[in-house]
Amino acid sequence: MVAKPLASIVSAGLSKFGRRENMLGREIYAEATQEAFERCPKLDPAKDIEALFIGHMGESYEHQGHTGPTLADWTGLLHKPTVRVESACASSGSALRMGILAILSGLHKVVMVGGVEKMTHRTTAEVTEFLAMASDMPFEQWNGITFPGLYALIATAHMQKYGTTEEQLARVAVKNHHNGTLNPKAHMQKEITVEKVLESKVVAWPLKLYDCSLITDGASCIVLAHPDIAHKFTDSPIQIIGSGQSSDAIGLYAREEITTLKAARLAGQEAYRMAGVKPKDLDVAEVHDCFTIAEILAYEDLGFCDVGKGGKLIDDGTTELGGALPVNTSGGLKAKGHPVGATGTAQAYEIYLQLTGQADKRQVTDAELGLSHNVGGSGATASVHIYRSG
Amino acid sequence: MVEDTPFTTSSFYAFVGKKRLMAAKCNECGNVFLPPKPMCTMCLSTNLKWTQIKGVGKLLSYTIICVAPEQFQDMTPYTVGIIEFEKGLRLPGMIRDVKSEEIKIGMDLKIGFDTTTSTQWPSWPRYYFRPV
Repeated sequence: MVAKPLASIVSAGLSKFGRRENMLGREIYAEATQEAFERCPKLDPAKDIEALFIGHMGESYEHQGHTGPTLADWTGLLHKPTVRVESACASSGSALRMGILAILSGLHKVVMVGGVEKMTHRTTAEVTEFLAMASDMPFEQWNGITFPGLYALIATAHMQKYGTTEEQLARVAVKNHHNGTLNPKAHMQKEITVEKVLESKVVAWPLKLYDCSLITDGASCIVLAHPDIAHKFTDSPIQIIGSGQSSDAIGLYAREEITTLKAARLAGQEAYRMAGVKPKDLDVAEVHDCFTIAEILAYEDLGFCDVGKGGKLIDDGTTELGGALPVNTSGGLKAKGHPVGATGTAQAYEIYLQLTGQADKRQVTDAELGLSHNVGGSGATASVHIYRSG
Repeated sequence: MVEDTPFTTSSFYAFVGKKRLMAAKCNECGNVFLPPKPMCTMCLSTNLKWTQIKGVGKLLSYTIICVAPEQFQDMTPYTVGIIEFEKGLRLPGMIRDVKSEEIKIGMDLKIGFDTTTSTQWPSWPRYYFRPV
């Protein structure tokens, strides 16, 4: 039996993702907010929104911390309680869960959840250093292990253990780039080929440039309401029916296994249990493809296929648009872009579009049940949410 | 004397400076763990002692890093890996003195020590891995 809703999405907004020159993160966030407000004319933001939960990973990028009140001020929501949630790349997935908890607690009836990151004004070396802060400092960072390096360690082990190939990793990138061409807000708007991925510059072998998600500026937000009052704001709320979150050792080396993200498996199990649904029931999913290997892991960790069969799932076309379970219709982190703090709620935004039939050229026919999967760091945080229409 | 040393990362690296690979051992439940922590995370006991680990292990996974933060840019490309020592203890680190095409998962590696320290925080010496 499908569970009763935890909270309802009554509106959502997404800024254009890409290189947003001469803009601050707060201004990009205001762009996402504007869309959410315009989509929901019955919402009086200053009056109805009671609190903000903001995902933001790094104060290093803009030399700006204390992001909650900054964004509240720039979006006409002064004097509301607000808190920044930091869980590396899972910051706004975690913020979403905080928003749901706030609604479930009974303290708030309507909250805004969102995220932002402004990254492209920094050099690749700087971004590499800032992102590495989400890994274990004394043993990983201290030894020069980068974020692509951590996922490369996972990929090398996965290839050895299950026979996953560099071509299969490349196919994840090709699929997501294709989806990105159908999303006007995606950072990358071009098709690529398996050959192009394989020939691109090595970042951390076996991961090459086109195996990596993009350094992107962007912001996203959603407005959550208590399910009992959601119809005051919209005729077509999207119901969040499952929320799972878990954690693991900060160091990849310290985990039970390095070819699976246990936190993601546990978060997925919790979300499925709460929602009363199974992986085969899903119509569409947005998963955390920060690197191509991460999407293969997501297939396995979320039960889209058996352990070790993620490479086969990308080969057989199941997760393409038109397949049985389209994954990352937005283009994913790979082509839409990965402004880290914005990613979790950007995934929720895509599911919102899909389940309300507003995904245009990339619309999955009759999509009713969706999932988002947001991972922090090399898997020390994972947050999974399940959504249904109506 | 060794048991008076606090169970901190700084102590671990102080041992590295003396060319010793040391792990924490719980006197209550026998759990041996790395990195050292102020309590045993299996049984929560603070009754711990240091134990020396033989610095020979097997390579669990590796990668060759070509894009690095500024601090490591002069060294690219460099190889890093995760090594499993006795009792399932693992550490990540750089792999030196071996050609990248000769590196294989499962190969034996041993720990090496670079006792040079910098003046900048955290000023720890470094360990690394090399062929046996």
